[in-house]
Amino acid sequence: MQVLIDNYHLYLRGLGTTLQICLYAGLLTLVVGTFIAGCRVAPLTPLRAFGTAWVTVFRNCPLAVVLFFMAFGIPALGINASYFVFGTIGLALYTSAFVCEAIRSGINAVSPGQAEAARSVGLGFGQTLRLVILPQAVRSIVPPLGSVMIAMIKNSAIAGAFGIGGDLYAVGIRQSSAQGEEIIPVLLGVALGYLIITIPAGLLLGYVERKVAIAR
Amino acid sequence: MTEVSTDTPMIRVSAVDKYFGSLHVLKDINLEIPRGQVVVVLGPSGSGKSTLCRVLNRLETIDSGAVAVDGVPLPEEGRALAELRADVGMVFQQFNLFAHKSIIDNVTLGPIKVRKLGKDEAREEGMRLLRRVGIADQAEKYPAQLSGGQQQRAAIARALAMRPKVMLFDEPTSALDPEMVNEVLEVMAGLAEEGMTMLVVSHEMGFARRAAHRVLFMADGEVVEDTSPETFFDSPESERAKDFLGKILTH
Repeated sequence: MQVLIDNYHLYLRGLGTTLQICLYAGLLTLVVGTFIAGCRVAPLTPLRAFGTAWVTVFRNCPLAVVLFFMAFGIPALGINASYFVFGTIGLALYTSAFVCEAIRSGINAVSPGQAEAARSVGLGFGQTLRLVILPQAVRSIVPPLGSVMIAMIKNSAIAGAFGIGGDLYAVGIRQSSAQGEEIIPVLLGVALGYLIITIPAGLLLGYVERKVAIAR
Repeated sequence: MTEVSTDTPMIRVSAVDKYFGSLHVLKDINLEIPRGQVVVVLGPSGSGKSTLCRVLNRLETIDSGAVAVDGVPLPEEGRALAELRADVGMVFQQFNLFAHKSIIDNVTLGPIKVRKLGKDEAREEGMRLLRRVGIADQAEKYPAQLSGGQQQRAAIARALAMRPKVMLFDEPTSALDPEMVNEVLEVMAGLAEEGMTMLVVSHEMGFARRAAHRVLFMADGEVVEDTSPETFFDSPESERAKDFLGKILTH
């Protein structure tokens, strides 16, 4: 355990980097996922096809493959950015397929009569979704969306392994393989770090769930 | 602005066919509703009367034929369709009030977001309509806190807030407890007296006799009788109408 105490600043910095990845990827994936969910329920066939294709690709490709593309494919096209940016975007795109499906299931849980009434007073598709459907869908979206977000936090370790470096997981790997520290305490430290993020995230989720449940 | 002559029918349905899979639910429907007319559509369940109602603002698409409202053919999906729907009020069997909004917000949502009315103006107009349907004291409540009859009256106020040219009622009293039916019919009869063009799918024979100018009797996707309420109830021509009336009037 001495290794954790001696290097606590490294772990703390790793925790900070992991939090940063999750925050940026989380925000991006919510925006993209909501947009794709909108596409999937749109009245226009091309939009629906686009949404379905998006989900099919990102839900069915392993995250590692998506990250490979971001790390080596995109730079090969001449687009350059730090791996932090690529890794975060890759994680967000991959997760957006799951976010989309969580939101879509919530949309489908709202009675179709609500959308019919909204369209009957002359609201357009976007207004119907924004003003009538999504506010009612939130209640049933929160629990599955929370699981998706927690899965994303854990998946950030894979983005870390791809060379973002400095995140919680990468710190652990470096400690044990490069500096020859014992693996068990190091991994326990890493696991503790993730728990420090995911357990409060779970509690926050429960709080939000109760909050939206009574907001009517 | 295109000049619309006063004899353009408010609703014109020409040679409309619709299928649900292999089921032919509307068979070559032709119908003109002049401005100010109140039409009650009767018929056994599965006769296509609700579908006809929903076709008029394109909640259901048609497979062939044409529908025009106030001389304008129903547009395809998109902004033009939304604009047309804003002019066509619709009242549903299940009320379909927006469950997450208060009654007054239900009524003002369309005027604010579609008609671009100011909040205060929309609210004032909304309260006027709620007073008119007799539920102004319920304005700040949520739909689930109201009785069925009150919800349906709120739904009528919501439709009226858009200042529609025509009102469609799809079985507006079928989901109501019996003691609440009259309060809704009362509001509808008031509208009819004021000259609103209305198409009402309903089983309320009393309302049909009292408020309707015209009765359509549908069976198996066809308009079987198209006549005045007196003629329909007192001397129906078709066997199917006689059979239908015999079943509902004997009790």
